[in-house]
Amino acid sequence: MYSRYDTRLPPHLRALKQEIEGYARDYGLDFYETIFEVVDAEDISEIAAYGGFPTRYPHWSFGMAYEQLKKSYDYGLSKIYEMVINNDPCYAYLMRSNHVVDQKLVMAHVYGHNDFFKNNAFFAHTSRKMMDEMANHGARIRSYVERFGEDEVEAFLDRCMSIDDLIDVHSVAIRRRAVGNRYEFTTEMEQVDETQATRFRSKDYMDEYINPREILRAEEDELRKQREQAARAFPEQPEKDVLLFLIEHAPLKNWQRDILSIIRDEAYYFAPQGMTKIMNEGWASYWHSTIMTQKALSAAELIDYADHHSGTMAMSRTRLNPYKLGIELFRDIEMRWNTGRFGKEYEECEDVEKRRSWDKKLGLGRQKIFEVRRIHNDITFIDTFLTPEFCVQHNLFTYAWQEQSGNYFIESRDFAKIKERLLFSLTNFGKPWIYVVDGNFRNRGELLLKHKHEGQDLKLDYANETLRNIQAIWGRPVHLSTLVDGKITTLSFDGTDHTSRTGGEADDTRRSTSGKSR
Amino acid sequence: MGQKIERDHQRFRKIVRGKVKSNLSKYISRGELIGKKGKDLISIPLPQIDIPQFRFGQKGSGGVGAGPGQPGQPLGPGQGEPGPSAGDQPGGHILEVDLTLEEMADILGEELALPRIEPRGKKNIVTTKDKYTGIRQTGPESLRHFKRTFKRALKREISSGTYNPSNPIIVPIRADKQYRSWKEVRLPESVAVIVYMMDVSGSMTDEQKEIVRIEAFWIDTWIKAHYQGVETVYIIHDAQAQEVDEHTFYHTRESGGTKISSAYHLAHQILEARYPAADWNRYLFHFSDGDNWGDDIPQCIDLLRQQILPEANLFGYGQVESPYGSGEFFDYISELSEQHSHLICTRIPDREAILQSIKEFLKTGR
Repeated sequence: MYSRYDTRLPPHLRALKQEIEGYARDYGLDFYETIFEVVDAEDISEIAAYGGFPTRYPHWSFGMAYEQLKKSYDYGLSKIYEMVINNDPCYAYLMRSNHVVDQKLVMAHVYGHNDFFKNNAFFAHTSRKMMDEMANHGARIRSYVERFGEDEVEAFLDRCMSIDDLIDVHSVAIRRRAVGNRYEFTTEMEQVDETQATRFRSKDYMDEYINPREILRAEEDELRKQREQAARAFPEQPEKDVLLFLIEHAPLKNWQRDILSIIRDEAYYFAPQGMTKIMNEGWASYWHSTIMTQKALSAAELIDYADHHSGTMAMSRTRLNPYKLGIELFRDIEMRWNTGRFGKEYEECEDVEKRRSWDKKLGLGRQKIFEVRRIHNDITFIDTFLTPEFCVQHNLFTYAWQEQSGNYFIESRDFAKIKERLLFSLTNFGKPWIYVVDGNFRNRGELLLKHKHEGQDLKLDYANETLRNIQAIWGRPVHLSTLVDGKITTLSFDGTDHTSRTGGEADDTRRSTSGKSR
Repeated sequence: MGQKIERDHQRFRKIVRGKVKSNLSKYISRGELIGKKGKDLISIPLPQIDIPQFRFGQKGSGGVGAGPGQPGQPLGPGQGEPGPSAGDQPGGHILEVDLTLEEMADILGEELALPRIEPRGKKNIVTTKDKYTGIRQTGPESLRHFKRTFKRALKREISSGTYNPSNPIIVPIRADKQYRSWKEVRLPESVAVIVYMMDVSGSMTDEQKEIVRIEAFWIDTWIKAHYQGVETVYIIHDAQAQEVDEHTFYHTRESGGTKISSAYHLAHQILEARYPAADWNRYLFHFSDGDNWGDDIPQCIDLLRQQILPEANLFGYGQVESPYGSGEFFDYISELSEQHSHLICTRIPDREAILQSIKEFLKTGR
């Protein structure tokens, strides 16, 4: 299947692979078998455009990515050094034109990633046969293209991709609701009984008094109302996995449902890589730098290595480099656990001089970072290990958008603020939280989504266009309730027109059933 | 190269052609590219289609950066949008690349699906040029190759043992002397002249001149990409025509009546005198609001039919919309264009139409 790409490593690279793999194993890294493929620049642009999977389904967006990658390579603006796939065996690509020292660096880096894929808890649910699954997805979508036409399938894919981020990344670990209640018929019967009001046991002549009829009726009414409400509450809880909700409830054709689930599967497969970008790159960088500087580097290669390593680690003022942040945090953790700078005693010490020279010679650093790479994701990683000292040492600051000047400004160097901004940008991949609130909105089969507003408004033009795509899938009008400039606003698209309504209601739409005209 | 990505790429290009045509026309009509005309570099964004997703707006956005600076210091209007600082995506920023004007013309050609202009064979003139290509033993002293001559002399002295390093005197003799030699190179050269004519009568507003300016720039760029030594002639006219320089062409505003034939007459005179049809590819473009003096129209048509059109590669007539003009000239000239395939008429009602107009003008590839 991959014979198009040269899987047979030339002898010098095979020797290199054995050498680097040996070092990685000696350091205690635990990884899948790695297959390095040597490819040309154009090939690597192609593979990268497909997200690492040469067998992926056809779509123009990959062509767009390819053009951007290729042009920026051609014009010397950027170069893809490494590309590694979370799979067993793990696939990694080496660029043919790279210098030997680069190949070494990439290999060392790849073993870091590989170890991370295999051991980090958040990757546990991902399929390790994704190469095959992607090929399978590709074949399915290609067959739909043949049967239903390119334009039709492409238009549907475009819509799916517009909402492929509306998944619930934590649902793989939490059971949000009971599954498989579709075939349970008994509950319905039991619930009928529940509408009967509580009757207290009594003698016949006392019944009037102990169970007064009005009260019984009132209670029954109340119960019936509640039941109706519950029946209408669909979904029962707001659902973050909008894709799953659409797959289960939208009036789709079979092939459309299949495509939507393909998109969803792939989104869940890629999600952990987004959730652990800082850690993953940091971990891989930590290991390439350790392996290179302690073992693999020859004296003649030092300058080239230093040049390329520092290029990868370069920081920009408005974009935090995950490689740099990750590697430095891992090194910081290693240093702190080596010297014992953690725990109550250290935290409560206020003597600056004492803190600076704190050293309990524990030597737990290596052990600690292996533990960290196993159980953390970016959010918990930053939350647990970012320290004020680290922020000062690395000159971190927060910046904010200023409406009047149309500029970004340095906002603060305050630790709490930096941590907050950083965590916010990582939460839900820095994207808005969107829930399905009501799948039978206004009792007319309309779809109500809700944006959980956390201080930042939506980009409205994008939101409207996205609604349009969801409407096309849902079939009935769709609504999105959000805050715009602090006011509750409902954006709607009914298939022909966009409307935006400001003001109340959005919160208690559930109860606004009959009699309310808009 | 894999066929797979090639297919996706082609698909993308196809979509872009539908889509970027509008993007590109927006781009051109904003006139950004023209600001850099003097220099050779232009930056263009790569085409990109954004699939809409729920995203945060810029208001209230921010992130974490690193580096020196005090709180309150501006960082500039986000290079692109500095997306989630450590997110998984590179963010939707536009990648800018520097291109030369020639590359730009190629891209324009590609975007507009313009054919390459074929230089007309019989009008290629051949020039001869002397080119110094070699070395020979004889020649005039003025062409003596100093360095080579002394090198040879040095070699000879060393090999004959007369060279004395402590007293390095080198005297070339006749046999050492080397001279440059030349060859006559015959250069086929295709040359073109572009005549821009513009109606500057009272009804042409600044907006219309801007449209003409943008269009003229792109036509210039395109033609220059295919011919060496393009000359331009600028003619403005109201009731009378005169030849002007580029600056005046774009900045003059006359008032008064319109007599298009005056411009055609002048253009013909200039072409006959300076750019004989045997040697030159002639391109003529005329921009007007189509409001001509009634009696003048037959004269224009005659001039075009009998004198200008037979010996021109292309005659483009672009009619800008004017709030004042009746625009009736368009009807007459488009009637004529049915008989002459190299007479092209387009309407340019607004900036958005510029691209389409350029395409009309240049699609014949003459």
